[in-house]
Amino acid sequence: MSLKEQIEEANKKAVERMMEAEPYLVDTKLAKDAIPGFREDMLLHAGPPITWERASGPMKGAIIGALIYEGKASNEEEAIKLVERGEVILKPNHEVGSVGPMAGIVSANMPVYIIEDKKFGIRAFGNYNEGIGKVLRYGAYDKEVLSRLKWMRDELYPTMKAALDEARKDKGGINFKAIIQQALHMGDECHNRYVAATSKFMNEIAPYLVKADVPKDAFNRVWDFMKNNNFFTLNIGMASAKAMTLAAHNIKYSTIVTVLTRNGTDAGIWVSGLGNRWFTAPSPVPKGVFFPGFTQDDANPDLGDSSITETAGFGGFAMAAAPAVVSWVGGSVEFAVENTKNMYNITYAKHKYFTIPYLSFQGTPTGVDIRLVLKTGITPTINTGIAHKKAGVGQVGAGIVKFPFELFKDAFKAYVETYGA
Amino acid sequence: MSNARKLFDEDLKVINVGLKIFYEDLKRQGVRVVQVNYQPPPKLEKELKDKLSELL
Repeated sequence: MSLKEQIEEANKKAVERMMEAEPYLVDTKLAKDAIPGFREDMLLHAGPPITWERASGPMKGAIIGALIYEGKASNEEEAIKLVERGEVILKPNHEVGSVGPMAGIVSANMPVYIIEDKKFGIRAFGNYNEGIGKVLRYGAYDKEVLSRLKWMRDELYPTMKAALDEARKDKGGINFKAIIQQALHMGDECHNRYVAATSKFMNEIAPYLVKADVPKDAFNRVWDFMKNNNFFTLNIGMASAKAMTLAAHNIKYSTIVTVLTRNGTDAGIWVSGLGNRWFTAPSPVPKGVFFPGFTQDDANPDLGDSSITETAGFGGFAMAAAPAVVSWVGGSVEFAVENTKNMYNITYAKHKYFTIPYLSFQGTPTGVDIRLVLKTGITPTINTGIAHKKAGVGQVGAGIVKFPFELFKDAFKAYVETYGA
Repeated sequence: MSNARKLFDEDLKVINVGLKIFYEDLKRQGVRVVQVNYQPPPKLEKELKDKLSELL
């Protein structure tokens, strides 16, 4: 069999596994108890590997905030000294099967969702979503941010845990693939719009919250938090996408991309047939719509693991399903449709289960093939949140960004070296 | 020459290939225009280009 034929066979297998994965939200635990190999002195972060010295403002802000949250530092100065002394291990989420939006910082005592793929038995993890604006993942770490994080650990997490224990007993957990599938027919693209998905999730979890018999006050506060945060299920969707892409990862000869991510300094990718080898290039600055008082000049280069949604065939790749998302990320409805159509040029398949009503229920573009990126010059285009470039400020807008071409070129060169083409 | 003059006397019908800004501008002016998305293929070193042709 020629290498070209081996690639075809491998890519078919990888994308088939990506589409057939069945991610269920089965449990939630503190990161140190959920993620294998997690250490007390470890902080997980979004994107490819990063050092403190090279980290951008919002990434530094989130690291500082997490160290104060953990009680390892009592203020910014102490936190910085701790990292500079090398007492904190910084590790990419993706290297432990986890994902987090924007800075993506996960510390030992932060709760994480546990996703289990019922088809292939793979587990993936994702942190909790805090809402928008001044939040840790965008680099803010003031008193309001830290007290919200503590409430999430002390009340939201045990409440979710009690409800998910009931859901697991009843039907093995919450089928989140089914929620994504339905939300794509309800105006979400499931990266920057999770309005329908969050509503569907609330419908699913409600009976288990009642069954778990959580105190009424806690129930009300948790319910209000979910209701008032349209991004509540973003992190569950991301962890589901991580499970799907893990199912497609490490397939010998495959040229399918299984990680697309950014850390605010660099963008990085993984390719299925090349294992956990990072290919990196400078992260681009997104163009977008800014909150009042902020401009394009305030924007940090892009960051976050949230582009795992596009890697799995939804998010920005499914923008044609979500015309309303352009009011959040900018552009026009025409652009949203065009972006989805454009992504078909660089993907292997149309998704079997994620479909777009406006495009006559055509499957979403799924499985970026590095060869097609090289042939066309078209790179994955995603939608994203925009962080202020200074630590401590938070989210200043949302927008659209293209992954750098160099990533795919470097990956293809490495592919040729590895497989001796 | 007369054919060229005739062209300018008729309503314009345009197929715009590539840069979308021209399409958008003509559309704003009420010209009948169709957009064809196109971008030149990326420049690759010969060796890489050959490998790509072999594997795609």
